[in-house]
Amino acid sequence: MDFNFSEDQLLFQQTVRDFLDGECTTERIRSQWESDSGHDEKLWGQLAELGIPGLLVPEAQEGMGLDEVDAVLLFEEAGRAALAAPIVTTAAVAAPLLAALEDRALANSWLAKIAAGDAIVAVGHSGSPFVTDAHVSNLLLLPHADEIHALDPASVQLTHEPGNDPSRRLYSVEWSPSAATCIASGEAGVALQAAALDRGALASAAQQLGVSDRLITLAADYARERKQFGKPIGSFQAVKHLLSNCKVMLEYARPVVHRAAWSAARGAADRSLHASMAKIAASDAAVHGAKTALQVHGAIGYTWEQDLHIWMRRAWSLEQAFGKTAFHRRRVEAAVLSDEARLGPGETFRGE
Amino acid sequence: MDLTYTSGHDAFRAEARSWLESNVPAEPLASFDTKAGFDAHRAWEANLNEAGWAMVPWPKEYGGRGANLLEWLVFEEEYYRAGAPGRVNQNGIFLLGPTIMEFGTPEQRARFLPKMAASEEVWCQGWSEPNAGSDMAAIQTTAIRDGDHFVIRGQKTWASRGAHAHWLFGLFRTDPESERHRGLSFVLVDLDTPGVTVRPIEKLNGKAAFAEVFFDDARVPVENLLGEEGKGWSVAMATAGFERGLMLRSPARFQGTAKRLVELFREREEDCAPSVRERVADCWMRAEAYTLETYRTVSRLLAGGKIGAEASLGKIFWSELDLEMHELALEILGVQGELLAGGPSAEGVGDWLDGYIFALSGPIYAGTNEIQRNVIAERLLELPR
Repeated sequence: MDFNFSEDQLLFQQTVRDFLDGECTTERIRSQWESDSGHDEKLWGQLAELGIPGLLVPEAQEGMGLDEVDAVLLFEEAGRAALAAPIVTTAAVAAPLLAALEDRALANSWLAKIAAGDAIVAVGHSGSPFVTDAHVSNLLLLPHADEIHALDPASVQLTHEPGNDPSRRLYSVEWSPSAATCIASGEAGVALQAAALDRGALASAAQQLGVSDRLITLAADYARERKQFGKPIGSFQAVKHLLSNCKVMLEYARPVVHRAAWSAARGAADRSLHASMAKIAASDAAVHGAKTALQVHGAIGYTWEQDLHIWMRRAWSLEQAFGKTAFHRRRVEAAVLSDEARLGPGETFRGE
Repeated sequence: MDLTYTSGHDAFRAEARSWLESNVPAEPLASFDTKAGFDAHRAWEANLNEAGWAMVPWPKEYGGRGANLLEWLVFEEEYYRAGAPGRVNQNGIFLLGPTIMEFGTPEQRARFLPKMAASEEVWCQGWSEPNAGSDMAAIQTTAIRDGDHFVIRGQKTWASRGAHAHWLFGLFRTDPESERHRGLSFVLVDLDTPGVTVRPIEKLNGKAAFAEVFFDDARVPVENLLGEEGKGWSVAMATAGFERGLMLRSPARFQGTAKRLVELFREREEDCAPSVRERVADCWMRAEAYTLETYRTVSRLLAGGKIGAEASLGKIFWSELDLEMHELALEILGVQGELLAGGPSAEGVGDWLDGYIFALSGPIYAGTNEIQRNVIAERLLELPR
């Protein structure tokens, strides 16, 4: 029983953090926002050099062959930096989905492209009518009934749906399923759809930890500098207590996300429940953090010019990603209130 | 990361479960805030101690099993799972005991720990004074050195378990010229000492659980000084530190409550407002989160890490969760929630009301949650004082 990450895992996290601190500046994010596609190819190439898109791609396809426990800290860093790149869908959702396909030739060719940084994969799921970053993708994976279809984005009609977070662009996709595009169906299709949702929820939750952490840091930094009534506003208890509450929420979301990563990596029976718990706790922490950080900043935080809203928008958009909070709450309620639920002291790690 | 128990943990769990199953009293004991209940709880503690389960993390020489913190969590899970009695000497075994192990002389350890483990001597705390509550450094009660004794004069209050306890530990001002955190010493006081008067205070539930303690030139031998004279503040801070906090409120307690809340809701779902379903599941999730965070923290400690102000996060989290679970249970029970246990129509109502009244003290004791929020802001978020 050990909740600690390994030295290697922590070192990788630090490497990614240093990279993002240097490269993923708010100036760069804003210029992505202003560009037509929102996509920064150079940045994607740099991420590929670090191995990020191919984190979960098997080594046989030139990926890093890591698991969700390795990846969870890196997604947290992506959230802390507000990285605008389709890593959740490509790295956390599409790669494991492809790796589980029966059609090895199809799977392996795409996995190798993902690992090389040559493919972005957009993934649709039943929880959303839109597909994030479909416009920059090289491959679309879309659900239809109990099937999953693989489509060339050039073969479908994409419509941009302008949204609140210019870093995560939403698209409607007009397409027709056919036998030629179907890559999984029946039980296998249903299982892959479910796994995709869980993995997306977990990676989004991990990002929300980073978002929450950064929002608290930004607000605390501001509260130390901004003076009113002759002293820093951070010396006032009203301000301190607002931020302390955010810190409590963050630190009690963190182990829930880490445990969900462990369950995903192990294929534990409760992995969907744990992913839902992670998504709820981390999203609540980030969304509450966004509201609080804005309040601490006051009017300056309410401007487009101030960078704070980059993370506020990310907190809001990730809350909807891969199952809104209400969806995940319903899943937890169903599990906890069922006859099969094993609750109480000593049951937490039973299914591991 | 490895979130599985070893076979050693499983064997330890099985041994604890087996002993508890055959020894936990079938009927709940009377409240330890009554004299009869206090005595019954002491008898239970003596039983636990004889079987070596009173304080599993303590070294064998003091009646423990030398268990690490992880095994302690496993034991606690089994203890709450079995519905075993509350720990009447918790101030002693969970708070003072580890402090004596860290700061005490070999003589003090031998003198106090075995009797503490057996609850032969039950301890109460002596921190607060009428003018020193949240501002604990405002302590005024003096303990002035006179030869090989301290002469104590002043008053302590809100001494938890003070109504029935035998000994008190707390902070006293040994340097009368000193101010604030300096000049304080950590002293152990036999409540039978001449000049000590204990006046029980009835709690919100009408039971005499804590007490005011008056010191009228009570003479206490200097060998009852724990740690260095004048360094009492740092000894006291250690008492309030994380491991002790963990021991006082381990997650199993809240998981047990969450489980009972889920069961209560399932029995009475038809009578509930629609929002209750979500709130019940949310409480269960938070009890799980507290458990996970505790395991994470214990992992850090076992790997050589240290815990400081992070303890304040936990204090807020569990006290608010505990209160919310009891509020929700009473909301589910409706008018039945008003009934005191043992009444003619109180069958199946359980002890939610009593638990609620106790839970209300959670955000107040061990440092109010407002003080904890200041600690988090100043020490973890580095906001100015």
